[in-house]
Amino acid sequence: MTTPVKNPETRVKRPEESLFKRLTRQQLFIPVAALVLLVLFNLVADYKFFAVTITENSLGNTVLSGNIISVLDNASELVILAIGMTLVTASSGGQDISVGATMAIAGSVILRMVCGGQVTADTMQMNLILAVIIGIAVTALFGAFNGTLVAYFNIQPMVATLIMYTAGRSIAAWINNNQLPIINDLAFKYAGTFLPGIPVPTPIFITILVIAVFWLVLKFTNLGLYTQSVGINPNSSRLNGINPQMIKLLTYVILGVCVAVAGFIRVSRSGSINYSRIAENIEMDAILAVALGGNALSGGKFNIYGSILGAYVIQFLTTTLYKYEVPSTALPAYKAVVVILLVVLSAPAVREKLASMKKAPAKTVKEVS
Amino acid sequence: MPKGIAVDKQGRLKERVAMSDTNLLLTITVVVFFILYLYAVFFLQGSFTKPQNFLNILNNNASLIVLSCGMSIVMITGGIDISVGAVTCLVCMTSAVNLERQGGNIFTVILIGLGIGLAFGVVQGFLVAHLGIQPFIISLAGMFFAKGMTTIVSKEPVRVTDEAFLAVKDTRITVPGLGSPNKLGVYIPAYVEVGVVIALLVVVLLFCLLRWTKLGRNFYAVGGNNQSANMLGINVRRTKFLAHVLCSLLAGLGGILYFLHVGSGDVANAAGDEMNAIASSIIGGTLLTGGVGNVVGTFFGVLSLNTIKRIVSSLGFDEAWWSNITVAAMLCLFLVVQSIVLLRKNKK
Amino acid sequence: MQEGAVLEMRGICKYFPGVRALQDVDFTLREGEIHALMGENGAGKSTLIKVLTGVYPKDGGEVHIRGIEGAAVIRSPQDAQNAGISTVYQEITLCPNLTVAENMYIGRTKGAVTNWKAMNSGAGKILESLGIPASPRQQLGSCSIAVQQMVAIARAVDMECKVLILDEPTSSLDEQEVQKLFGLMRDLRAKGVGIIFVTHFLEQVYEVCDRITVLRDGQLVGEYVIEDLPRVQLVSKMLGKELDDMADIKGESGGAAISQEEAPVLEAEGLCSSAGIKPFDFSIRKGEVNGFTGLLGSGRSECVRAIFGADHVTSGNVKMDGRSVKIKKPLDAMKCGIGYLPEDRKGDGIVGDLSVRENIILAYQVMKGFFHPIPRAQAEAFADNYIELLEIKTASSDTPIKSLSGGNQQKCILARWLLTDPKYLILDEPTRGIDIGTKIEIQKLVLKLAEKGKSVTFISSEIDEMLRTCSRLLVMRDRKLVGQLNGEDLTQNKIMATIAGGDEK
Repeated sequence: MTTPVKNPETRVKRPEESLFKRLTRQQLFIPVAALVLLVLFNLVADYKFFAVTITENSLGNTVLSGNIISVLDNASELVILAIGMTLVTASSGGQDISVGATMAIAGSVILRMVCGGQVTADTMQMNLILAVIIGIAVTALFGAFNGTLVAYFNIQPMVATLIMYTAGRSIAAWINNNQLPIINDLAFKYAGTFLPGIPVPTPIFITILVIAVFWLVLKFTNLGLYTQSVGINPNSSRLNGINPQMIKLLTYVILGVCVAVAGFIRVSRSGSINYSRIAENIEMDAILAVALGGNALSGGKFNIYGSILGAYVIQFLTTTLYKYEVPSTALPAYKAVVVILLVVLSAPAVREKLASMKKAPAKTVKEVS
Repeated sequence: MPKGIAVDKQGRLKERVAMSDTNLLLTITVVVFFILYLYAVFFLQGSFTKPQNFLNILNNNASLIVLSCGMSIVMITGGIDISVGAVTCLVCMTSAVNLERQGGNIFTVILIGLGIGLAFGVVQGFLVAHLGIQPFIISLAGMFFAKGMTTIVSKEPVRVTDEAFLAVKDTRITVPGLGSPNKLGVYIPAYVEVGVVIALLVVVLLFCLLRWTKLGRNFYAVGGNNQSANMLGINVRRTKFLAHVLCSLLAGLGGILYFLHVGSGDVANAAGDEMNAIASSIIGGTLLTGGVGNVVGTFFGVLSLNTIKRIVSSLGFDEAWWSNITVAAMLCLFLVVQSIVLLRKNKK
Repeated sequence: MQEGAVLEMRGICKYFPGVRALQDVDFTLREGEIHALMGENGAGKSTLIKVLTGVYPKDGGEVHIRGIEGAAVIRSPQDAQNAGISTVYQEITLCPNLTVAENMYIGRTKGAVTNWKAMNSGAGKILESLGIPASPRQQLGSCSIAVQQMVAIARAVDMECKVLILDEPTSSLDEQEVQKLFGLMRDLRAKGVGIIFVTHFLEQVYEVCDRITVLRDGQLVGEYVIEDLPRVQLVSKMLGKELDDMADIKGESGGAAISQEEAPVLEAEGLCSSAGIKPFDFSIRKGEVNGFTGLLGSGRSECVRAIFGADHVTSGNVKMDGRSVKIKKPLDAMKCGIGYLPEDRKGDGIVGDLSVRENIILAYQVMKGFFHPIPRAQAEAFADNYIELLEIKTASSDTPIKSLSGGNQQKCILARWLLTDPKYLILDEPTRGIDIGTKIEIQKLVLKLAEKGKSVTFISSEIDEMLRTCSRLLVMRDRKLVGQLNGEDLTQNKIMATIAGGDEK
């Protein structure tokens, strides 16, 4: 009875363990496969899709442009949200559907601060960094609200965040008395467009910075272990000295911070805000990014890089569809079809079917007997 | 060993059977609705004192009642369907285009509505039940798809001018004894629209389905614990599949009722109704974890939600954002109360 | 099929990734017999049963059932039910949100309409005849675990079945309920039902069974008539080696000298928690092994949970090494050097999807703090060390713990606490649902720890286990500490008398 299973005799390797199956079991299989498919499609359809050109923008800066740049640039908000969403999903087994609405709040707060309460401002009325910090504080507070409902009142995350989803945009409008503030200070738009003299859009840098911060946090703290442990078995985690409620709350607050950064990038692109349209449906994209990254939406184990990749794939898809002149209103229908295809392919049941097709003869014999 | 030690585990043998979770939550909902409405009648008065005001809540929300009931059923099985609002919208638009541009009639509209609902239900139900994909993701895609298709059918609003249809739309069924005199002293009879009758019929039918049929009880069993349900010999996949088909079918029917109420197709139709339906179900005592809920509760959930909206706007907070904020606050309150009640109960 | 057989399984195979769960297993069940299916944890008993009931598809072999021509096709529990096989699982597989009556009838009634009246009265009759203290209209979730298990049994019994499978049904029942169940099993046997009985309790096997089939490492060892297989032989067949350990352990007990001078490692006065126990006093010295005993639900688990701060502590003073400490939550207890292996391994112990390594380092990691993650290499070293030390059977330290057998999971949890190097270790039912080999290993380990000067509190449902390991027993009755036994008082009879209470004092 003491024979370790490492012993080749007791450890049976399944004969049907094909390369294909091992590949499809990889967590990153789906997002990578999707990305490869998209790239191939674009290469075949029009290889110019990947062209990067150097142009001069309206402000006279030399900047890089092209579809790839625009994918990387436009995915920024989504990537940042997807990171926070992954943590929330892992710890609480649910998703925050209020991120779009709280992005509106963050944008609204930041604009109110820099405009100093006026409808239009030509120069910033407040230090930008201070304004962003205030924005972060406000959305972290809303994150804490969501987190409290989830962690301390045991409300399912989707439902708990339904509250902010319903009220968020209204609160955003209320913060600015339903006016639409506009800031014309160029410095405000640096974060959403280009820094003077640098040809790469700033959001790309911000995204890299955020990813780096999370890499460090996951490496030098136990956030990852605790979050997964709480997501898998909160009772057991508690008996091992972890405070599950605290960890859940923490992930929601972290998501709140991510939301503020994403909201800041978004308002900084245009210097204005439209409460009902800003970041519309982005919560759906963020959740899809998490799922696409191979993370179980029921929580537990997670891979943050999968979600990041998932976010880029979604943006890639969006950009590809735009290129083929799919009207923006019809875009959701196409996206839906792609999403369904992807999710169906990644479903365990389908993967097994696909894998068993390769060894079909053996299987059918067994079924008959 | 003396007797008596064994029996006394966690719970002593209770003589009185404790109230089931479903009934407890239903009771809370009904009580809250009556308190809200009576408050409005006695303290706000105005239009609230007229029965027609109450009937108008029904008239405006016949479609939402049907949608919410479908949502409750899916939620009872432990799933969710956020495509219902978009399906409603798609049904409206397609029906309007059919009536106006393709010479359809009321029967083709019914066929279109139920057909679209059935199609969504079958596809989503198959993906959820047989491939084991999370319902949230599938219905999210379903919602995107329906939204996109709506704009592909027509971007512009389509107003219906078909007379036979308008005749049905404007049919008013008088409710005897509830009318009231207007300012000029002319007696105005109270009325409901055709849709309300259908919606109420749906509530009654679904109530019976959930209470007295095997399928209905299977919905609860699957939501309570789907592995156990499987072990108990219930076909979990088929049950989930049917729940989704039923929900989408009801969304199709909801679309027909919505169309019957507004008489036009518009991409903004039924916007956010999936959230209203979820909110109504929750206020009505359905738990998103599954296994607990009741369509009668959901019906009261719809009424409570719309009553509070009216109360808030009649208190003078009529900017658009207040309505949303109060709905959210109401939802928050209900969730917290439910969670406290259930936590307390489970502790005992 | 053999004469008199109701069920025959031939050459059953089942593979899981990396594990050969069943290899060419035969099993025959005859009419009107109680047939014990025995084996260590991981021997393949549960897998065999899940194959038979259609929960897992089989990878080879055939099943024949009386009344069905040719090989029976069982693809789902529903098929199994239709074929006349009904099952009671170790874990309760009922729906907590439905009523007791519904749980007894759902999934097996004809027709599309539910007749509540008939259902409630039918269920009421069965519950009454089996003496189950529950109302048919009651929500199942409001019943105690034992009652829920009895309801599951009632459901299985009420079905007109040819084959009844009881997969460890007794682990949450107390002695009286077990006797009731045995009475029931004998009645069914008289009616010609074939019963497959899976259990870890040898006494129970010899009390009711007619025949024994032994599995080991997914293979069939043999089928025996009960008279031909004495206990010792059964155990040696299950383990695959001769048994000599029982005697060993007895000799070691009480070997370590318990110092009386020093202050106790832990001393609690008037401790009381929200779990509904009466305030109790408790103390343990260095190198001492003591235990809580009492019937199921007498409050023994609640006592240790209160010590560890797992339940909300409402009152009481706790001293560690003579110094007053405040234990409000598990982390406080861990920082004081207390470890706690919980009773419910699956619900409170393992973190299923995490790897064996992460499960082992979890508690130590938490004590080190949020900002001091253990480097990967070190974590691996810790895990490999304990995998070797405790002989944990796992493919690697990266394997998710949920894919290990129960006994090996339990060893991982033990490793988790040993890694924190506690002064005082609480083991609540560490041997429940675990094969005999591992049981003995764990008992030995407890004594070894005590020798090294650790203090251990050991709880077990099996009194001989307690007698073998503990030098002092605290007896609980009705959520109250009613007595302490040590020295010569530590005999089976004395303990039983104290648990029962009443006249004998």
